[in-house]
Amino acid sequence: MKEQGVGARLLRKEDDRFMRGRGQYVADLRFAGMKDVAFVRSPVAHARIRSVQPPETHRHAVFTAADLSGVKAIRAVTTIKGFKPSEQPPLATDKVRYVGELLAMCVAPTRAEAEDIAAAVVLDLDELPAVHDMLAARDQQSVLLHEQWGDNIFLESLVEIDIEKALDAPIKVTREVRTSRQCMAPIEGRAVVAMWDTRLEQLTVYSACQMPHIVRTGLAECLGLDEGQVRVVSPDVGGGFGYKGILLAEEVCLGWLAMQCGHPVRWIEDRREHLTANANCREHYYRITGYADRDGTLRGIDCEATVDSGAYSAYPFSACLEAAQVASILPGPYDFPAYRCRTFSVATDKCPILPYRGVARTGVCFALELVLDAIAREAGIEPYAVREKILVKRAQMPFTNITRKYFDSGDYPESLRRAVAAIDLEAVRARQRRGEPDGRLIGVGLATYCEQAAHGTSVYHGWGIPMVPGFEQATARLTPDGGLELRVGVHSHGQGLETSLAQVAHEVLGVDVEKIKVVHGDTALTPYSTGTWGSRCAVMAGGAVSVACKELAKRAAKVGAQLLQTDADKVSVRGGEVIGPRGSITLKEIAATWYLKPQNLPPDVDMGGMEATIGYRPKPDTGTFSYATHAAVVAVDAEIGGVEILDYVVVEDGGKLINPMIVDGQILGGLAQGIGTALYEEMPFDSAGQPLASTFADYLLPGPTEVPSVKIDHMETLAPHTEFGVKGLGEGGAIPPPATIANAINDALRPLGAELTISPITPRRILEAIEHAGRSGT
Amino acid sequence: MKPVRFAYERPTDLAAAFALGRREDIAVKFLAGGQSLGPMLNLRLIQPELVVDITAIAELKHIEEKPESIVLGSCITHADIEDGRVPDVTSAALRRVACGIAYRAVRNRGTIGGSVAHADPAADWLSALAALGASAIVKGESGQRGIAIEDLIVGVFETTLKPGEIVTGVEIPRQSRAARWGYYKASRKTGEFAHAIGAFMHDPERSVCRAVIGATGSKPIVLTDMQELFVGRVPKPEAMSVQFVRQMMGARGMGDDIEQKIHLAVLRRAIAQAHAS
Repeated sequence: MKEQGVGARLLRKEDDRFMRGRGQYVADLRFAGMKDVAFVRSPVAHARIRSVQPPETHRHAVFTAADLSGVKAIRAVTTIKGFKPSEQPPLATDKVRYVGELLAMCVAPTRAEAEDIAAAVVLDLDELPAVHDMLAARDQQSVLLHEQWGDNIFLESLVEIDIEKALDAPIKVTREVRTSRQCMAPIEGRAVVAMWDTRLEQLTVYSACQMPHIVRTGLAECLGLDEGQVRVVSPDVGGGFGYKGILLAEEVCLGWLAMQCGHPVRWIEDRREHLTANANCREHYYRITGYADRDGTLRGIDCEATVDSGAYSAYPFSACLEAAQVASILPGPYDFPAYRCRTFSVATDKCPILPYRGVARTGVCFALELVLDAIAREAGIEPYAVREKILVKRAQMPFTNITRKYFDSGDYPESLRRAVAAIDLEAVRARQRRGEPDGRLIGVGLATYCEQAAHGTSVYHGWGIPMVPGFEQATARLTPDGGLELRVGVHSHGQGLETSLAQVAHEVLGVDVEKIKVVHGDTALTPYSTGTWGSRCAVMAGGAVSVACKELAKRAAKVGAQLLQTDADKVSVRGGEVIGPRGSITLKEIAATWYLKPQNLPPDVDMGGMEATIGYRPKPDTGTFSYATHAAVVAVDAEIGGVEILDYVVVEDGGKLINPMIVDGQILGGLAQGIGTALYEEMPFDSAGQPLASTFADYLLPGPTEVPSVKIDHMETLAPHTEFGVKGLGEGGAIPPPATIANAINDALRPLGAELTISPITPRRILEAIEHAGRSGT
Repeated sequence: MKPVRFAYERPTDLAAAFALGRREDIAVKFLAGGQSLGPMLNLRLIQPELVVDITAIAELKHIEEKPESIVLGSCITHADIEDGRVPDVTSAALRRVACGIAYRAVRNRGTIGGSVAHADPAADWLSALAALGASAIVKGESGQRGIAIEDLIVGVFETTLKPGEIVTGVEIPRQSRAARWGYYKASRKTGEFAHAIGAFMHDPERSVCRAVIGATGSKPIVLTDMQELFVGRVPKPEAMSVQFVRQMMGARGMGDDIEQKIHLAVLRRAIAQAHAS
């Protein structure tokens, strides 16, 4: 049998259906009598609602907040002291607080007809000034979104450790760093079909989501149902990236509607809704100072970070996920003695920001790595040399950093050294000295980060958000024909879990991967799980599958030993067989015995049978730490502000790789998104709070020609506390590209004295920076 | 994001198209490749009651070679030109422009006449055809007229076409062997609409020299006075008068310094391409 276990480069099982166009997404589902829903959304950012008037001709096809009796507002609170909760009614009641907020839903046989009705609904809105700028929103005089708060701040936090010891450092660089508001752009948007099953007395909701069990909990809460009355099915899903981990007001509305109208209803998000009203993320502002010795040794970081959280606290991660994380993860993979970080989660009249691959890490990496390069320029040394001095060293592992993060393992400086060698820094410097025949400017940049992943109960309980991950469960079940079913509560929407979890099971039981079926995406069929988020599935679901299969192996061994007429402690399970001292028996025969010939079972057989559900949680459960150094060479066309990535290198350590090909896919996908953050993606708003990019003609994503070929080097330091030494790395690819590319561009622009500290770096921003440098005569 | 309900007709001759197009009781829109119109319908930016698809009209795919020019029927696609399925009178200038339009999928359906009639200032054909000195052939029930590309377009999505009139073709002058061509566009990524276009054509044998500043937010700026552009010197990039080009842009309301800088750079590059060819 071909190598199929942990570490094998297998083609993905699920690609057979995906590559042939046989995947089944929510929009592919057809149910008798199903009708389409179009929403009436607020055309303004901030207003009091005077009335929402359905057209007389379609009175019974339009539903407003007044109809939604008994439906509770979405509340995502945290128990962190000082947090101010928001109430997000599924359909707006007294006020609208962002463009695109839901005001009414319209039902018709087709979406086009539903949109016709929506267009005929008359809105009477008393417009208020829009709070569109997060810094102005912090001001005491600002207009308020949630009047009862007294200000616009969800949460303010402060971490301070010995900062006064750094203040006398000879090098002090201060930068204002911004990451623009972005949209997550999975190929498939959100999509919901809801129906009431009169036989089961159950609301069935098909939803393109990555956390079906959490959506079920949230839906039951908002709709006042028992959880047993709600089933959430998440079929094939075309990418999540965090966007599909959120309970949407649209899901609550459709759930309510299905219970009222007696026929299935569906809403397929269109791209305009997706871009302007839902999938926003990433808007951070930093005022950050780095203190260093003359030789470039970092002595301290002082930072004030503001996150534009938008109008409401999104379920379940809350409005302070980003800012609160900023304070704890800003120090990155570095060891330095003094630190202060104050953060503000600010409410504005924009749609709520949601966690996007990398979550706060992409922003903090951008802020910190830009400051480290500024220190290098000030100290007159290579940027890598600044990092080499302060990266946590192998000998320090395991290491507890300044914000009490527990780094489990690895050799961070080695990833830096390999990246510098692979990008061939010396050759780039020589090329810079020669100059380019076409006049473009060459620059090289790098960034190092670490990614805490699969963080568990001990990390999340302190936040007190609606969801705390506990023991991750998996069910392993032998079928009568010797196949294996794995049931997991996480969801696979591009990660290849149907393959990698099968590989884990194969590693333990030796069942052919072709005979292993991974069942996921249905709350009725899978054990409870917080789902897919936080780069946790390889570690948590992989670990759960491993322990469930080990338990199953124990049970099979007992039956097998009986059939082999030997003792259970004399057999082992390998290669799909129970092997005894004199002969072996296949798992297939053992399964057939349990199900079809029970008369042959030993009297003391485990009554759990050929099916085991076991919970798994690593100890400690503070999370694995994968890390990487990215390095890039860019060419900047200073006349028109163009940027071309000439070379890109990734040196990463994800611990044991279950399937290196899938890992490469994760890195490349993340990198493409990181390039988007660095150079292309931006959701601008005007001063009235209007989102200005409503199609992909305005919201630019990198395409194949914008993503370069990448050299990937894997390090594979085993994680000490997880099954097989696996580390979570799903988000990592998206974390450092903005910092890497910005540093490379700033290196290229150094002869002109220009420096950019905002993403995305657009042609206009490059030319503005050059002009600014020219004016200030640097 | 679904269109409003509309009726759809696909006539097979121009007369029928004219008859449908002149109806005044309803809003009528002509559809060729649909690569811009399709999304605009879906976004309900246009809400016609009747869409008249003109792609079944044989005359609109016709190619006519004349001694001094070639006429390309409106429904010739970008891909037809890219792949060399139409005769070339421009020393491959048309092919080079065609293969840089959007993506292949768009080029397979998008048409040269549709692009001209749609009048998106950022579209390649408007700038390129204006630089080549091409004109649009416009037909209606009252007859036929030829109009220079830069005079057909008035502003963003705005033309001098009257209700019921159709751009039936584009007439492109034959260039001499000595002609030189340069075309450069600045766009954020492959396939995106340009935010600046520079086009330049110099045909010494015909004594024609035209420079175009395109993707301006309105109609392309066509410069034909080479005395002014090159201050009496030979047309090469370093001779280009920055002052004159800035003046021309300023006169057309392009006051933003960075926008001017980028347009200057791409025009200079177009001239450099022509000079080097």
